[in-house]
Amino acid sequence: MVSSPRSEARPEGGRADAASARDTGVDPLRPSDYDDGSRGPDAGDGDGAVAGEGGSAAAVNSPKLGPVEWLRFGWRQLTSMRTALLLLLLLAIAAVPGSLVPQRSSDPNGVVQYFADNPDLAPVLDGFQMFDVYTSVWFSAIYLLLFISLIGCIVPRTKHHLEALRARPPKTPARLSRLSAFTERPLASTDDAVSTGSTPAAAEAAIERAAAALKKSGYRVERYDLRGAPSVSAERGYLRETGNLIFHTALVGVLVAVALGGGFGFSGQRVIVEGQSFVNTLAAYDSFNPGRFFDDTRLTPYRLTLDELEAVYETENRDALGQAIDFTARVTIEGEGGEASHEVKVNEPLYEYGTDVYLLGNGYAPTITVRDPDGDIVFTDSIPFLPQDANLTSIGVVKVPDGLAEQIGMVGFFYPTQSTLSSGAYTSSYPDLVYPVLTLNVYSGDLGINEGTPRSVYQLDTTGMEQLTGGDTGVDSVELMPGESTELPNGLGTVEFETATPDAAADDFSQSVPRFASFDVHHDPSQGWVLVFAVLIIGGLMLSLFVPRRRMWVKAVSKPDGTVVLEYAGLARGDDPGLERAVEDFADAHGGKRS
Amino acid sequence: MTLDEISIIAVYSAMAVYAVAFIAYSIDLAKRSAASGATTVAETASEPVGVLAGAGATTATTPTKAGGATSVRPPQAGDAATSAVAYGRSPVLRVAVAMTVIAWLLHLGATVLRGIAAERVPWANMYEFALTGTLVVTTVFLVVLLISKTDLRFLGTFITGLVLVLLGIATVNFYVSVVPLPPALQSVWLVIHVFVATTSVGFFALGFALSVVQLMQARREAVAATADAVKKSFLATLPTAAALENLAYRVNIVGFILWTFTLMAGAIWAEKAWGRYWGWDTKEVWTFIIWVVYAGYIHARATRGWRGTRSAWLAIIGFSAVLFNFTVVNLFFKGLHAYSGL
Ligand code: HEM
Repeated sequence: MVSSPRSEARPEGGRADAASARDTGVDPLRPSDYDDGSRGPDAGDGDGAVAGEGGSAAAVNSPKLGPVEWLRFGWRQLTSMRTALLLLLLLAIAAVPGSLVPQRSSDPNGVVQYFADNPDLAPVLDGFQMFDVYTSVWFSAIYLLLFISLIGCIVPRTKHHLEALRARPPKTPARLSRLSAFTERPLASTDDAVSTGSTPAAAEAAIERAAAALKKSGYRVERYDLRGAPSVSAERGYLRETGNLIFHTALVGVLVAVALGGGFGFSGQRVIVEGQSFVNTLAAYDSFNPGRFFDDTRLTPYRLTLDELEAVYETENRDALGQAIDFTARVTIEGEGGEASHEVKVNEPLYEYGTDVYLLGNGYAPTITVRDPDGDIVFTDSIPFLPQDANLTSIGVVKVPDGLAEQIGMVGFFYPTQSTLSSGAYTSSYPDLVYPVLTLNVYSGDLGINEGTPRSVYQLDTTGMEQLTGGDTGVDSVELMPGESTELPNGLGTVEFETATPDAAADDFSQSVPRFASFDVHHDPSQGWVLVFAVLIIGGLMLSLFVPRRRMWVKAVSKPDGTVVLEYAGLARGDDPGLERAVEDFADAHGGKRS
Repeated sequence: MTLDEISIIAVYSAMAVYAVAFIAYSIDLAKRSAASGATTVAETASEPVGVLAGAGATTATTPTKAGGATSVRPPQAGDAATSAVAYGRSPVLRVAVAMTVIAWLLHLGATVLRGIAAERVPWANMYEFALTGTLVVTTVFLVVLLISKTDLRFLGTFITGLVLVLLGIATVNFYVSVVPLPPALQSVWLVIHVFVATTSVGFFALGFALSVVQLMQARREAVAATADAVKKSFLATLPTAAALENLAYRVNIVGFILWTFTLMAGAIWAEKAWGRYWGWDTKEVWTFIIWVVYAGYIHARATRGWRGTRSAWLAIIGFSAVLFNFTVVNLFFKGLHAYSGL
C-alpha cells in the first residue's frame, strides 16, 4: 500500500529547500501575519507578537518613535490579518443587539411599544443607539475601519499581483524529491527514448514534450537547464489570487453602491381605494422618505388608478380556512407612454417609469356618508380601515369637521364576517365579506385639526371630546351593515354605511365594501450596481476557493549509473487537495504508468 | 390514508432506522477505543508520518493523506504520536452505513410525499424545513463518504444523532398539516433561496462535526506529545487534527459559498416581496452574522496564531449560530420572516 518513495524518511533540510521553492516574487502578497500552514503546525502559534516583522516589533520597544514611524506602525497594524479578523468578529457581535431590540428602521411601532414597556431601560439603551444599531456610531466605526483595512490590504496586493502576472515561473529547485508531491519515471520507458538515438536528445525531447503538455493544460511554463539537467518549471492558478482580489474589491463596491446610490433614491407609501388614483408627485404620498441627494424634480409624473383589488382566501382545506391565497391589484397607469393595464402582486412588483411599485398590504375601505338633520350630505368617503388580525378585523377613523352642529369623530371597527365571542365582544371569523358589520363610537367636540397641526388620519385624539356612544356612555355603539343608516345621537344627523352593490341579493355582501391597497413606491438607482457586485463577489469567491494554485516541475536527471530518470514534482500554494493526484496523473500521461 | 399520513409513517420509520444506525456507529466507536488500547505504544510511535493504514475498506490511502496534504514539512516530533492507529475492517460500521442509506431512502420518500401532498416544494414551514434540512444533512454526509479519500464514517454517530434529534423535535413540536402557501411565499425564490440555505446547512453541519473531532484530537495529540503515551481512545484510529482541520475547511468553504448565495438570493427575494433588498430584519441580521462568522473562520485559517484550534472554535460558533437562527430566531424573534407555520 505504501509505495511512493516519499514514505522514506526525508532528510532534514528538506524544509529549507521547499522554502526556497516557495519564496519568489510570483507569490501573492500577504500581510506579515499571514499563515497558510506551510510552516508546519508549530510556526508562530500563540506567539502573541505584533503583526509587523522585525522592524515594527523593534519599533515598539524604541522610546524615540517619530510620528512617521507611528503612522507606519499603525497602518501596518490596521492592515494585518489579525486586525481584519478581529474587526470581522466585532462586526458579527455588534450586529446581534439589533435583533434583540426593535429597530426604528424596520419596526418603528415596536420601538414605541418598547419605550412604553420599559420606561426606565429604553432611554438608556437609546443613549447607546440601540434602536438604530445599524446606523450607530459604533457599528459604523467597526465596518468603516474594516473597509479601510480592506482597502489598505487589497491595493498593494493588486499592484503586486499585476506584476506577478507578468513574471516568469520560479527556477526549478535543485532537489525535487524533497517536495511533498513527487514521483519519477525512467526515461528509457518513454517514446522519446525510442525515437531519438541519444540519451541527451531523448531527455531534451521529453522535457519539451512536458512543457508543451503543461502549457496546454493552462500552466505558464519556463525552461531551465541546470548543470546539464533539462527541466521545465510551470505554474498555474493565478486566477485564485485574481478571484480573491475581485471578491474583496467587490465588497468595497457593494458598500459604496449602497452608501452613495441609496442617497439618490426615495421610497414613498400610498394607500389607494378601489376606483381612486394617485399621481406620482411628492404631495400625493402619504409618507415619503427621500435619499440624501434626492431632488423631487426627478419624479416622473404618471397616474396610477386602482381598478380592483382581488383577494382570494382558502375555502376548502379545513386546516387553513380563510388563509390568504392570492392578492392581485389591477391597476391602470397613464403617463407619457399612454395608458396601460397592469397587475401588481405580492411577489410581482411593477416596474414603471423608473419606479418600482409594490403591493404591501390591503384591507377594507367602508364608504361612510354623514348627513345633517336636513338630509344634506356633509361627509362621504371610503375610509381605509387598518387590519388588526388575519380575519381582517379592522379599525378606522372618520372625522367630520364641518356641516354639523359640532365637529364629530368616529372610531370604527369593521368585521368582514362578524361573529360574537363568548364574552359578548365582536370579532371577525373570516376575512372575506360574508356578514359585514361596522360599529362606530361617536365623539363630539374639538377634532383639533383647525390649528393646522398635522394629525394622523388613522388616529383620533379624543382629548377635549365627549364620547356619545359605546364604552361607558350607556348608549350602544352605532352598528351598521352595508346599505343601512341610522340616527346620530343628540339629533346631530344621520350616518350611512353605503353598499357598493345596491342591486345585489339581500344576503350577498361579497362586493359590498370597497377594498384598498397600500403601495410602496421606490426608486433605488444603486440596486443594479449592488447586483453586479454581488455577482462579482460570488464569482470571485468561487475562483479564490476552488482554483488550485500549484507549481509543477519536470526534470530529467542523470543517475550515477548512466540512466536518466524523469522527476515530477508539485507544490501547492494554498489549499489544494488534488495536488498529488495531479502530479501522479501527469507523470502517468507523460512518462508512462508506473510499472 | 392521505399522502401526508403516509409521509409521516415514512418519517417515523426513517427515525427508527436512523436510531439503529446511530447505535451501530456508537458500537464502532467503542470498538475503536478497544483497538487503540490494544496497539502498543512502540508500534504507534514507529509508524511513519501520515500512514493512515487501511482505516476502512473503501479507502485507497496514499501516504500523505493524513498529513497536511498541502504542506511541505519534514517529519516532526509530534507526528509520531498523532499518526493513526491501524483499525481494520469493521462489520458493524458497514451495517451502520447500510442502515443510514436505508433511513435516507425512507426519509427521501417521506419528504417527496410531503411535497406531493402539498403540491409544492416541501420546505415552506418549520416542520418542512426540518424534514428537508435533515435530509440534506444525511445526503451531504453520504455524498462526502462516496467522494472523500479519507474515511469519514466515524462521523456517523454525530450525523445520525443530529438528524434523529432534529427529526424528533420536528415531528413532535413543529408538525403542521398541509396548508396552502401565503402570497409572500409564492415565488421561485422559495425554491432557490430556501433550498440553497438548507444545503449549506448540510455542509456546515458536517464541518462542525469535523471541527469538534479536530478539537478532541488536538487535545489528545497535545497530551500524547508530552506524556509519550497514547491514551486509549477511538481518536487514535482517526485522522490527525491537521488532517481533520483541512477536511473541515473544505466542507465549510462549500457551505460558505452556498451561504453567500443564500444571502444574496434572499436579498433579491426581499426586494420582490417587501420592496427593499436589505432591511435588517431579524432573520437578515442573523444570516449576516453567520456569514461574517464564517468569513472570520476562513480568515482565521490564514492568520498566524489562529490556525488550528482557534479557527475550529469559530466554525463551531458559526454552526451554533446556524442552529440558533433556525430555532430561536424563527420561533421567538419578531420579524417579517414569520413562516414557522406555528
Ligand atoms: C469586509 C471584510 C472582509 C470579508 C467579508 C472578507 C472575506 C474573506 C473571505 C470569504 C475569504 C476567503 C475567500 C477568498 O480567498 O477570496 C478571504 C480571504 C482573504 N482575505 Fe478577506 N475579507 C475581508 C477583509 C479582509 C481584510 C481587511 C484583509 C486584509 C488584512 C483581508 C485579507 C484576506 C486574505 C489575505 C485572504 C486570503 C487568505 C488565503 O490566502 O487563504 N480580508 N476574505
